[in-house]
Amino acid sequence: MMRSLSRHFLPVLTVVLLLVAVWYAAAVAMNAKWTLDQAERADRSVAPAELVRDTLSQDRPKLPAPHQIAGELWDTTVGKKITSKRSLVYHAWITLSATLSGFVIGTVLGIVLAIGIVHSRSMDLSVMPWAIASQTVPILALAPMIIVVLNSVGVTGLLPKATISAYLSFFPVVVGMVAGLRSPDRLQLDLLRTYHADRSQAFRKLRWPASVPYLFTSLKVGIAASLIGAIVGELPTGAVAGLGARLLAGSYYGQTVQIWSALFAAALLAALLVGLLGLIQRITLHRMGAMER
Amino acid sequence: MFPSADGEVRALDRVNLEIGRGEFVSFIGPSGCGKTSFLRLVAGLEHPTGGELEVNGLSPDEARQSRAYGYVFQAAGLLPWRTIARNIALPLEIMGYSRAEQKDRIARVLSLVELDGFGRKFPWQLSGGMQQRASIARALSFDADLLLMDEPFGALDEIVRDRLNGQLRDLWKRTEKTIAFVTHSILEAVYLSTRIVVMSPRPGRIHRVIESTLPDERPLDIRDSPEFATLAHEVREGLRAGHSYDA
Repeated sequence: MMRSLSRHFLPVLTVVLLLVAVWYAAAVAMNAKWTLDQAERADRSVAPAELVRDTLSQDRPKLPAPHQIAGELWDTTVGKKITSKRSLVYHAWITLSATLSGFVIGTVLGIVLAIGIVHSRSMDLSVMPWAIASQTVPILALAPMIIVVLNSVGVTGLLPKATISAYLSFFPVVVGMVAGLRSPDRLQLDLLRTYHADRSQAFRKLRWPASVPYLFTSLKVGIAASLIGAIVGELPTGAVAGLGARLLAGSYYGQTVQIWSALFAAALLAALLVGLLGLIQRITLHRMGAMER
Repeated sequence: MFPSADGEVRALDRVNLEIGRGEFVSFIGPSGCGKTSFLRLVAGLEHPTGGELEVNGLSPDEARQSRAYGYVFQAAGLLPWRTIARNIALPLEIMGYSRAEQKDRIARVLSLVELDGFGRKFPWQLSGGMQQRASIARALSFDADLLLMDEPFGALDEIVRDRLNGQLRDLWKRTEKTIAFVTHSILEAVYLSTRIVVMSPRPGRIHRVIESTLPDERPLDIRDSPEFATLAHEVREGLRAGHSYDA
């Protein structure tokens, strides 16, 4: 355990350090122009050390330095009350609740559709093309329409965003579950026929358990898609609340540090959700007798 | 007849055979002689285009619906997410046996195939031979009188196969089941059977039926006896005469 930890830890740490170094270099290079312009306007020269210091501490840098983002993240999570509108935890919670609602709706819808597709030839022929077509429409074009249409019938708040999340997350679940429910081989299906098992028994005893590994893979893709859906759904609402709203507000006012910290919060949230699903996956598959690796 | 890419293929033609209760009948022949098709017809997994087929006085479909037979496939086909005990419970669950009854039967058939104590293992923790024994236990668990076995030991090495042959022979004598056994091993067919059905290919036919002259008691070294050699020779001649060796 310790050995595998150090074996994984060292390469990851190296890559992270390298990325941070590149980032700092890029921040200096990209923000230098503003500092030099300011100096020129004030008609004074800038020493190299001063230049570097200034490029890494601007209020509205083109590319904020990592420590600026970390500081902003710390300030807006630990430094603010959770109920405050300036707390990133508050905004992350708004986005998370929409993500999870949409994810649950999308997953249930995806599983129901997959069951239908596997058991009915006409559904197989009719639903799948529409499911694929639905994902070719750019979600950025569709999201405002969903929000507006739902708003006009009096549905506001969480549900419109959850709808967009569900719209994005049902698809990987459909595709994965259709493959999973069809994964039992000829021998296993014949075996159940020799027991004279009916379709519902074949589903419960064979198709469903066989599809569980496929389900988890789909869920991981689905939850990430859900989060994107929720954030995109927060953009057209006029930047009220949520990580998407923070992104939009940040870009209105040129608050690049705020944009980047919202981006990082979203990435952390996604990693957390996918990691959590991975943990549930490991426990479940272990209990289903999966080989230890 | 089965449809195939280039029209229909006559898998079996003019097959006439009666299997008595308590017999151990082997079907031997080259690939494509229809021995597996025959077993699948008996099991009601395929349907004949013509002819009559009765299993315990019922049509194959009715026999399947009354769970009259246990079927052992070439691969063990254990469900990887179930323990050995739960795999054996699979047919019992489907057939609606009570929990207590399931437990009794699992213990009984596990000891019948000498897998006591392995019930809580998952399939991947067992060797191929043990997995196949578990699949035989599964086919025995619901007390069907008829056992249909389709090359059950075909994928195993010879040493394991020898042992399983001995065990299967014992099991048959103790349980008095009727067994139809498909194989392409002459040794296996002669050692196990009370009757050997030699089949020939294209279209699949019964070429000869050979009654075994071996005694009921069959230790493994009976295969070195002259009697055994004569029977094996007879089967081989039958296969040759049925053009089984023409490539």
